[in-house]
Amino acid sequence: MEVLGLLIPVSLALGGLGLVAFWWLLRRGQFDDPEGDAHRILREDYDDRPK
Amino acid sequence: MTALADPPRASACPACDAAPLAQHMAGATAEAARLMIALPGIHCAGCISGVERALLSQPGVSDARVNLTLRRVAVEADPEVAVETLCTALERAGFEAHELDAGILAATEVDARGRALLMRLAVAVFAMMNVMLLSVAVWSGAEGVTRDMMHWISAAIAIPAVIFTGQPFYTSAWGALRAGRLNMDVPITLALALAVGTSLYETTQGGAHAYFDAAIALCTFLLAGRYLDHRTRATARSAAQELAALEVPRALRMVGQGRTESVGVADLRAGDRVRVLPGGRIPVDGVIRDGATELDRSVMTGETLPAAVALGDAVHAGEANLTGPITVEVQAAGRDTELARIGDLVAVAEAGRGNYTSLADAAAKLYAPGVHIISALAAVGWFIATADLRVALNIAAAVLIITCPCALGLAVPAVTTAASARLFRKGVLIKSGTALERLAEVDTVVFDKTGTLTDGAPEPLGLEELSAEAQSVALALAQGSAHPLAASLARGLSARAVRPAAVSDVVEHPGSGIEGRWQGQVVRLGRAGWVGAKALPTTATYLAVGENARVAIAFADTLREGAAEVVAGLHAQGKRVILLSGDMEASVRHFAARVGIAEVVAEARPEAKAEAIAGLSEGGARVLMVGDGMNDTAALTAADVSISPASALEAARAASDMVLTGQTLAPILDAMETAVAARRRIKENFTIASVYNVLAVPLAVAGLCSPLIAALAMSSSSLTVSLNALRLR
Repeated sequence: MEVLGLLIPVSLALGGLGLVAFWWLLRRGQFDDPEGDAHRILREDYDDRPK
Repeated sequence: MTALADPPRASACPACDAAPLAQHMAGATAEAARLMIALPGIHCAGCISGVERALLSQPGVSDARVNLTLRRVAVEADPEVAVETLCTALERAGFEAHELDAGILAATEVDARGRALLMRLAVAVFAMMNVMLLSVAVWSGAEGVTRDMMHWISAAIAIPAVIFTGQPFYTSAWGALRAGRLNMDVPITLALALAVGTSLYETTQGGAHAYFDAAIALCTFLLAGRYLDHRTRATARSAAQELAALEVPRALRMVGQGRTESVGVADLRAGDRVRVLPGGRIPVDGVIRDGATELDRSVMTGETLPAAVALGDAVHAGEANLTGPITVEVQAAGRDTELARIGDLVAVAEAGRGNYTSLADAAAKLYAPGVHIISALAAVGWFIATADLRVALNIAAAVLIITCPCALGLAVPAVTTAASARLFRKGVLIKSGTALERLAEVDTVVFDKTGTLTDGAPEPLGLEELSAEAQSVALALAQGSAHPLAASLARGLSARAVRPAAVSDVVEHPGSGIEGRWQGQVVRLGRAGWVGAKALPTTATYLAVGENARVAIAFADTLREGAAEVVAGLHAQGKRVILLSGDMEASVRHFAARVGIAEVVAEARPEAKAEAIAGLSEGGARVLMVGDGMNDTAALTAADVSISPASALEAARAASDMVLTGQTLAPILDAMETAVAARRRIKENFTIASVYNVLAVPLAVAGLCSPLIAALAMSSSSLTVSLNALRLR
């Protein structure tokens, strides 16, 4: 059972990492144009200034 | 159009000149202007590349970024780049493009509320996942110190999370309580507070049951519903703002000797003189001080026949100038114009529409008091039976949690999100949350004629009966004018491979017609009185070649795309279809026969239109009004539900519940089908949610509801409801 003392903080930290990553993505505007981003990946011309 | 004659502007974006706010903002970043262009037709990866390439190849454009979700492109360009040139370049590349007023759109660009909700939802999901995981240990039988430790960790995660993520509910509940009302958020807030409070107390006492997982799961599911709801509204609002931004209200004010400056309509004062060029809309109410022309008053009256006006005649805002340039002395501008006053009538009528009770409101009204009564009764009953306050409070919390309207909170937003996404793809924009429910009940459909079932461009009739000579002279004259009748006549004749005759000295007499010389004779094309012909009762133009007999060329309205199909489809569904127009009896009857509408009301003034609708409603009919003009706004508001095409006047679109984003009317049928399906799904969802409550409440009241049962009931009901809504797509 001692292992819980390690596992619980680790799982919380990993989850927290995901939360911070999501917050960063939201701030960067990655959810502003979901439909456009889905299509952009299929473009044939090379996008040399991806945003 | 009027913008082409502009003197130097304050900012690069002509739209900004109209909006003082935008002008203020543009002043700060003068060097690189940000332009917005609407692209209603784009849909694929190829379109994104095509648009961006077409824009970047323009001189002065430094960056272009398409947003496919919003169907618009943001362009960074040098200040001297005009939006018109970019739009022309896009049209040449094959994309429909419209200038957008950046000032109106600036407010929607950063959707702060949506992001805040999404962030709360993310935190709630994170906390729920972790607390649920810890709860698994408790559910599977952890005891003693282990259970207490799990509870304490759960409390440490859940309490801050519930405080942070539940804020939208707390503020709304507080607002309702202060106003002395009960809404859905009151039982939610009470349940959250009671659940967290009793769980914390239980944990300090080493008790077996803690509802931290239920509390945070409640927040998550409810926030998901709120977010869906917000997103649907935000999409509709931003698209509606986009339509509003399409109209950039500007006027050319006269300054000194024949010079003009471009000013915002808001800046005009009585006594100013404004120049209105052919093709422009009159921005104010006033009197003509110079020039003569013909006006298209169809937006105000529904009449298709152009009216001739000259010096001293009164003109009104919203009328379109067809042939000659005129100078108008302003008598009333902005809020004081006739146009704006009709808009105010709409606002009055709108207040009366609040009577409609949506399905969700009806459910909440029954629900909120019921929940409180059951939970209070349970608490009182257990306190009397056991004389143990701790047990009684625990039971009350369990009842509140189990009955909390998770599924109810999701039932409507999930369905409207799915339905409006589906309709948006088909070209229908839903502005009001309850519009779909109202549309589902419609049994009578009333159409306006001009601009709604017709698309405004008249078609010349009987061209083949004209002599070859008359045809070529008419073509030569018609090519010399921008008048819509002349333009359509020129189009019709060119399509018949007629070659223009060698007519010299072509002069346009505004308000009358076109004159020229051909083989030594005077030739004229224009109004009956001016040409010297007898006027026909329908829209027509007249041709005179020397002293020969006058020839009349009649015109008929062109049907809007999809108009005949929609009328046929509505008849097939057993709906009553009525044509309600301000135009003359003869042309309305003729037109009704063409589209297949049997019931006709002609020569109806705006008030008569609204009265006709009100009369139908009193007779028990559920009326859908489809209209586009100023003269329709009162009727649009009076109807149970209303639709206007994208080409409609802003006031008409504002008065409508739904707006068609494309040229065709066909989506009306889709909208009615979807509305019926959506209403069925909402009712199913309410049934599902109630069934879960009916099954779970007795367990909770009996004290048999463990945190595991609460979590299962809540999650499964929310999931079933969401999945049921998704079937609509």
